[in-house]
Amino acid sequence: MTEPLPSAAPRSQWRDVWHQFRAHRGALIGMVIFLLIIATVFAGPLIWTIDPTFIDIRTRNQGPNWAHPFGTDQLGRDTLARMMAGGRSSITVGLTAMLLALVLGSLVGVIAGFFRWLDGPLMRLTDLFLSLPLLPLLLVMVMLFREALSATFGPETGIFILIVVAIGVTSWMPTARIVRGDVLALKEREFVLAARSIGTSNLNLITRHILPNVMSPIMVSATLGIANAIITESALSFLGLGFPPDFPTWGRLLNDATVYLQDYPERVIWPGLAISLTVLSVNYMGDGLRDALDPRIRGR
Amino acid sequence: MLTYTVRRLVLSVPTLLFIALMIFLLLELAPGDPMAQVPLTVPPDVKQQMREALGLGEPTHIRFGKWLYQFFVVEPSVWMDNTFGTALSDGKQRVISWQTRSPVMDIVIQRMPQTLWVVAMSYVVGILIALPIGIYSAYRQYSVFDQVGTFITMVGYSVPPFFSGVLVIVIFSVQLGWLPSIYDTTHQVVDWDSFVIQLKQMVMPVMVLALQTTAQISRFMRASMLDNLGQDYVRTARAKGLSESVVVLVHVLRNSMIPVVTVIALGVPQIFGGAIITEQIFKVNGLGQLLITAIQANDLPMVQTVTFMLAVLIVLFNIIADLLYGLLDPRIRYD
Repeated sequence: MTEPLPSAAPRSQWRDVWHQFRAHRGALIGMVIFLLIIATVFAGPLIWTIDPTFIDIRTRNQGPNWAHPFGTDQLGRDTLARMMAGGRSSITVGLTAMLLALVLGSLVGVIAGFFRWLDGPLMRLTDLFLSLPLLPLLLVMVMLFREALSATFGPETGIFILIVVAIGVTSWMPTARIVRGDVLALKEREFVLAARSIGTSNLNLITRHILPNVMSPIMVSATLGIANAIITESALSFLGLGFPPDFPTWGRLLNDATVYLQDYPERVIWPGLAISLTVLSVNYMGDGLRDALDPRIRGR
Repeated sequence: MLTYTVRRLVLSVPTLLFIALMIFLLLELAPGDPMAQVPLTVPPDVKQQMREALGLGEPTHIRFGKWLYQFFVVEPSVWMDNTFGTALSDGKQRVISWQTRSPVMDIVIQRMPQTLWVVAMSYVVGILIALPIGIYSAYRQYSVFDQVGTFITMVGYSVPPFFSGVLVIVIFSVQLGWLPSIYDTTHQVVDWDSFVIQLKQMVMPVMVLALQTTAQISRFMRASMLDNLGQDYVRTARAKGLSESVVVLVHVLRNSMIPVVTVIALGVPQIFGGAIITEQIFKVNGLGQLLITAIQANDLPMVQTVTFMLAVLIVLFNIIADLLYGLLDPRIRYD
């Protein structure tokens, strides 16, 4: 018997993942919508050039019309422009906070899984953080440090740093747990032993052999982390403890709109819809990514 | 099992102490001065006396120790006094709110019923909706019901309560005018009519909170049912000639409930956190609203106490979830 010739070039892992990801229709639609939202929010101001902070008091409280497709607010500021500006800050906060949480979580997870003597203390620390009442603590942190940080970095950058750090340090725990579990299993595999036997240092072992293999849980945590961070930032803004009032974010716009709920109920729809749609598409992406990265499902 | 329970309870003491310390130190960094509202004409030495009256004159570690003593010794003994008519707490200092100058625990007890009603009701309603959806969509996997159910739970999972709450207010209070948008906590149920009013004002906050619960739990229920439906014992049960309803609702359901029950237990503290936002939307003067106003008013003893009570809830329900897991699943033995 002769060996059958391979019919195509060997496929890489990421091609397989992409193939499986495309098969999940919800995930694909979610990704398209998320990219569309990002494109609108970041590139939109090039086309829609109205300044979101421009006050035109004579055109205040308008409904949707051709000059202002989403209407105007109580000071005559264009809602479409404010939605774009709000989305820019909300998504930037979401992405940055997610990155911070991811770096922290992966660091703790890899170290705890790799070094046996650090496993106990680090996992106790993770459990401790998981037992904290997060939303009240976030509120307290933002309340306490906003003055100090605004004074040092200016009101917008200061609050940005504060909110990103606050969300980051309160949402790294799930990533750390998942990564640690995977690292514990990987550490016993032969290729790690082989790498160690040729004298690879711990740092190289982690960066070259362990980290690439725990990328899949990290990526799933990343998508879910974006959703979590956007919701948390909006919740803080909604409770009046986020960015300063003249700095639009989606949560802030929603909060401003609820004051005029009786007279202009349609105003709460836009920011709420934007938050929900972003989170929904990101969640679907996470779902598809989890399926695509699971080798038991992939290839079926 | 008993030794495990005792060990977990003992181990939770240092955890809770550490959390209390973390909250305390975080609040210690607060730049806000409780004397900021006092007029400038008040002489500094009087101000100093006022600070000491608030318990601010002493170093951090002594105040932390005092707070611990007040929370763990004085407050339980006050409770004992009220229940059994003893006099254990006579002449002892309780945790005092800076806003109202009355004991924090008294205010918490006043606010507790409103939160408990809304939170507990919404959790029960959410679970009752979630379980049938999860069971049926797993049983008919990839059917239209399953697809629609998955989409709705995804939406419920993604729509934050501060949008769904505002949205239902717009629809049912502003547009249709069916339901009140503000939860009136002074309303008393005496007869049928007032009961209907109570019911009407509870519908929206309860449903908004329940939406989140439903989304999470029905997803778990579906996944857990799917894991079990493919097992060998299901085929055995069917081969024995058991009816389909017995197979699904007795054999599979009982095994699938094990992880779901622990998720339900773990979700209890979370829903108290969710209540903070929901109470803000519907103007329920419960614990969440108390916490928000206390944070805004720089009322540190109140913030410390309420936050710590939430932490106790989390730790407690973590232990309960682990114990339930061991009780329900005979394969898991902790000893």
